[in-house]
Amino acid sequence: MSGVRVLVGTRKGAFVLTSDGTRSAWEVDGPFFGGWEVYHVKGSPVDPDRIYASQSTGWFGQVVQRSDDGGKSWSAVGNEFAYAGEAGTHQWYDGTPHPWEFARVWHLEPSLTDPDTVYAGVEDAALFRSVDGAKSWEELAGLRGHGSGPHWQPGAGGMCLHTIVLDPRDQGRMFAAISAAGVFRSDDWGKTWEPVNRGLHSPQIPDPDAPVGHCVHRIALHPARPDVLYMQKHWDVMRSDDGGGSWHEVSGDLPSDFGFPIAVHAHEPSTVYVVPIKSDGEHYPPDAKLRVYRSRTGGDEWEPLTKGLPQGNCYVNVLRDAMDVDSLDPCGIYFGTTGGQVYASADSGNAWVPIVRDLPAVLSVEVQSLP
Amino acid sequence: MSATVRVVLPAPLRTLAALTGDVPVQVDGAVTLGAVLDALEACHPVLRGTMRDRATGRRRPFVRFFACEEDLSHEPPSAVLPAAVASGAEPLVVLGAMAGG
Repeated sequence: MSGVRVLVGTRKGAFVLTSDGTRSAWEVDGPFFGGWEVYHVKGSPVDPDRIYASQSTGWFGQVVQRSDDGGKSWSAVGNEFAYAGEAGTHQWYDGTPHPWEFARVWHLEPSLTDPDTVYAGVEDAALFRSVDGAKSWEELAGLRGHGSGPHWQPGAGGMCLHTIVLDPRDQGRMFAAISAAGVFRSDDWGKTWEPVNRGLHSPQIPDPDAPVGHCVHRIALHPARPDVLYMQKHWDVMRSDDGGGSWHEVSGDLPSDFGFPIAVHAHEPSTVYVVPIKSDGEHYPPDAKLRVYRSRTGGDEWEPLTKGLPQGNCYVNVLRDAMDVDSLDPCGIYFGTTGGQVYASADSGNAWVPIVRDLPAVLSVEVQSLP
Repeated sequence: MSATVRVVLPAPLRTLAALTGDVPVQVDGAVTLGAVLDALEACHPVLRGTMRDRATGRRRPFVRFFACEEDLSHEPPSAVLPAAVASGAEPLVVLGAMAGG
């Protein structure tokens, strides 16, 4: 490996952080799209120079940007996200039907095999796909149309499809997670979908064990064991060993099981990372100590990782898309905070350093390991 | 008959479209608000969806249209712009409303 590129989306633009394989010195480029919210930036696994970025503001709407040179230059591509057919309604905060309205792209997930194919998770929750490098978008309408869509309700952050996970073993299988609806799985390239939330328990909804309605914050898998899924739910850290068919709680001895991101070590499928947050009302770390927790046993048993992280007076949050890993050896772990710091560990989490510390609030962190 | 209208864009949209200064827009036929925006977007497609919702065509809530010291934001697309705008003497001003941080 010759280097690492960290793609950072923030409240006021995107940044590209680069280092050689030692991960000891970092160059910071940006802001790109200064002043705009950049919810997500992610590169193609098959062509690392192909990068997609979601740029939006409440004033001027959604723009999708594409780079073909590793983030040095960018071009605006397609921003027409038209819901298929009659868009219909979902539940509004007051329980009344509300028309589906496009607001923004939360997440961009490039295909594992084709740099021109990319999926977009949007608010109001829906999944779109482009097969022409993001010039045009088509809704995979089977997700909203599978039956429960009219009953989905927005969470506090809006009704967003925020996580898309592609199964590297079976490219027809994909997962999508929606706040506040839950996890959905497709086994036919996104044509049809089913909710896969059995085992989730959310006392915040009328039926805590309902098949749909859970506020899932993030899911992740390891490519070598794609049937094992990890989840950070609104409260609870969960695991599925059967591709989402059922879930069980693995919060174990965490100081809080509320949080947003969850990530899996690049080389150890049972090593998982979370960042506990005190509560859904207090979006900062317990005891004002920023601690990443690592489990080497697929959950239940967790150890705090604190070296190099602030252990007092720390009141930042780490958002759902703001943690990722590289594939070097040892594995590097990265996360960004709402305080504008991006922390990196070049030794699987044992020690951390801020590689940049005064950015706008960080919304997303994605890592590219460069050949 | 055609007219050249000057459009003043807010800085974020000038940057997005790689434009500087007033943007000249040639309009064929009646110089209406909708016709000017259609012509502007035709010349600079990256602006599609930034001033008007792509699905409904409605003005985005925090975008405003001013001309000749009048707020035209609530005018329909068919509204004919003042003669001073059609002649190029005065610009059509597109701006982001003061909101947020």
